[in-house]
Amino acid sequence: MLSKRNLQLDDRGELHHLLAIEGLPKRIIERILDTAESFVGVNEREVKVVPLLRGKSIFNLFFENSTRTRTTFEIAAKRLSADVVSLDVARSSTSKGETILDTVANLTAMHADMFVVRHSESGAPWLIAQHAAPHVHVINAGDGRHEHPTQGLLDVFTIRRHKPDFTRLTVAIVGDILHSRVARSQIHALTTLGVPEIRLVGPRTLVPPELARLGARIYTSLDEALVGVDVITMLRLQNERMNGALIPSASEYFACYGLTPKRLALAKPDAIVLHPGPMNRGVEIDSAVADGRQSVILQQVTYGIAIRMAVMAMLAGAAR
Amino acid sequence: MKIAIRGGRLIDPVSALDTRCDLYIAAGKVVGVGTAPAEWHANREIDATGLVVAPGLVDLAARLTRATLATELAAAAAGGITQIVCSPDASPVLDDPGQVDMLRLRAQSLHGAQVHPLGALSVGLRGERLAELAKLHAAGCIGFSQGLATGFSPRFLWQAMQYAATYGYPVWLRPEDASLAAGGVAHDGEVAARLGLAGIPACAETVAVAAQAEIARATGARLHLCRLSTAEGVEAVRRAKAEGLPVTADVSALHLHLTDIDIGHYDAHCRLAPPLRSERDRDALRRGLIDGTIDAVVSDHRPLPADARQLPFAEAAVGASGFETLLSLILRLAESERVPLADALGWAGYRAANAAALPAPSLAVGAPADVVVFDPRAYRVVRSSSFTSAGGNSPMLGYELPGLIRYTINRGHLAYDAGTH
Repeated sequence: MLSKRNLQLDDRGELHHLLAIEGLPKRIIERILDTAESFVGVNEREVKVVPLLRGKSIFNLFFENSTRTRTTFEIAAKRLSADVVSLDVARSSTSKGETILDTVANLTAMHADMFVVRHSESGAPWLIAQHAAPHVHVINAGDGRHEHPTQGLLDVFTIRRHKPDFTRLTVAIVGDILHSRVARSQIHALTTLGVPEIRLVGPRTLVPPELARLGARIYTSLDEALVGVDVITMLRLQNERMNGALIPSASEYFACYGLTPKRLALAKPDAIVLHPGPMNRGVEIDSAVADGRQSVILQQVTYGIAIRMAVMAMLAGAAR
Repeated sequence: MKIAIRGGRLIDPVSALDTRCDLYIAAGKVVGVGTAPAEWHANREIDATGLVVAPGLVDLAARLTRATLATELAAAAAGGITQIVCSPDASPVLDDPGQVDMLRLRAQSLHGAQVHPLGALSVGLRGERLAELAKLHAAGCIGFSQGLATGFSPRFLWQAMQYAATYGYPVWLRPEDASLAAGGVAHDGEVAARLGLAGIPACAETVAVAAQAEIARATGARLHLCRLSTAEGVEAVRRAKAEGLPVTADVSALHLHLTDIDIGHYDAHCRLAPPLRSERDRDALRRGLIDGTIDAVVSDHRPLPADARQLPFAEAAVGASGFETLLSLILRLAESERVPLADALGWAGYRAANAAALPAPSLAVGAPADVVVFDPRAYRVVRSSSFTSAGGNSPMLGYELPGLIRYTINRGHLAYDAGTH
């Protein structure tokens, strides 16, 4: 009953795969954040390479295209001195009818140590982890609308650098929560770290009531939700959401849920603004906010490298 | 072949029989209950001490294809099933009387369960042109269905049910509104929200039950609703029955036990149609079955090759191999809901047969000798390696379930003997 078990931890309770934030103990999340802290220093040095993963082979398996996330994983692996191969499986093997598991078996035979997997279907990295050889580690780089754990970790890492005490925070996450793997990972990370109040904000089509069961409060009015918050995460609104009856138009969405300087003023004066990127300026966020003093959006990108280095190093047992 | 089954507990709700006595079978029929016919000698003596002897199970839902028929009928025998209603979404689709003839002849030559096909309601199940219902009926179809396909308009259904009503043919439909269910792979609830799976809302079922019941009312056609899954769906059927509409319904045995929580970490064995729903829905299905709103429990047998499961949840094929867990799941439910065994056997027995307008299975003298002999107190762990079915796909793998089938007899022919398996 492999699918009933949490595969992420090994018999000693250490991280073996990173598939989701949900189910990760607080001590492991904190250790990843602490380890990432030490890599921030590496990334600011002249020579940005450490030899922790020398001789290890990391394969980036992107069944769904993503230049940005794949690049940050590549940079992170290279800075740890690993050999990294990025395969655009979306276009190569699977289009020839090879199944995911065949692809993985072939790469394992090439002595892969770690797979970084992105897939358009929720749960795909779980399937790979279930069938992976015991020495192989799997990192979920985003699966369908389920989770994007390294993004969730870099979000809480960024928050922690500005607001060290999670137990005093109120966090608002705004936008298309239903289809967002970023939101799910961030919600689980925040609740595990002890954030007492998470507000999910959007119309019912994008924020259905069941999501409250993740440990959050649901708001339909952005103005009400922003009052007194410490952290605001704006989610990207995909264009395809406007094809059906989820929302009528980008301009109506911006009118109801766009973050403007006027609305930002409802939050605490030192509130920070996050966005997982890429941004739609004028759809979910006003440029004045995106580029303003409260925005930490570019820091998220920088810290993303440190977080991915930390996760890879911990999985490889090089940072215990 | 003459068979004597000795010392078992005979349970036959149809002839109000629940007693310890011998059963005698000859020439494909029951020839004696308790007392042997004159000048009796048996070719085969079966010692059923401590075992239950009951009419073979009637399973109203299975997908059978000609290519795998022998294996799957053997699986049905291993599951104690002696009558099967098979859906038209076989390959090839049962929209051609010749295909129906061939399927039935092949089944007869295998001495397996009696196979009662449902014909396709539309050509190719496309929901556009009506199939040749009268010819299909003449070839042996007991009703007409769209299988898993739900993509047809209310107008098509209205016309098709008018035509079916002309000849009194029942129409079997899966109540799921195609546009509400579009893209969904799991119950639209907390689990789907957490796992990031696209949801199928409960209203996809209630909207379809309402539409189909109204069209049944308007046309006078008999309607059998296949695989209810929601509390609201059960309530809608209860109302329709109370109004006197000619409606019957069934539920899959899996849905009486499992909920969406069993999906766990994307267990593709739980990718079913309809989706596994909430605990509240499961409890309502149980109540609906016990109070008679739901007529029958079915296996919804859909064997799949192993690689159909080695895919992400949403891409995995739909269905489970169900023949060999049907009786166990019925026994388990009877046990937990404290339902007498005779009543529970009716769920896949006379009640199912009545819903399908088939003769009720019975152990009365003169009845066809379709018999299952099982040990209700023995437990086994469900393993795909012990399945006779080619499909080892079951969400029940690893569960310990009650009920070990020892013998299955089809029309007097010993089709399954656990001692030789």
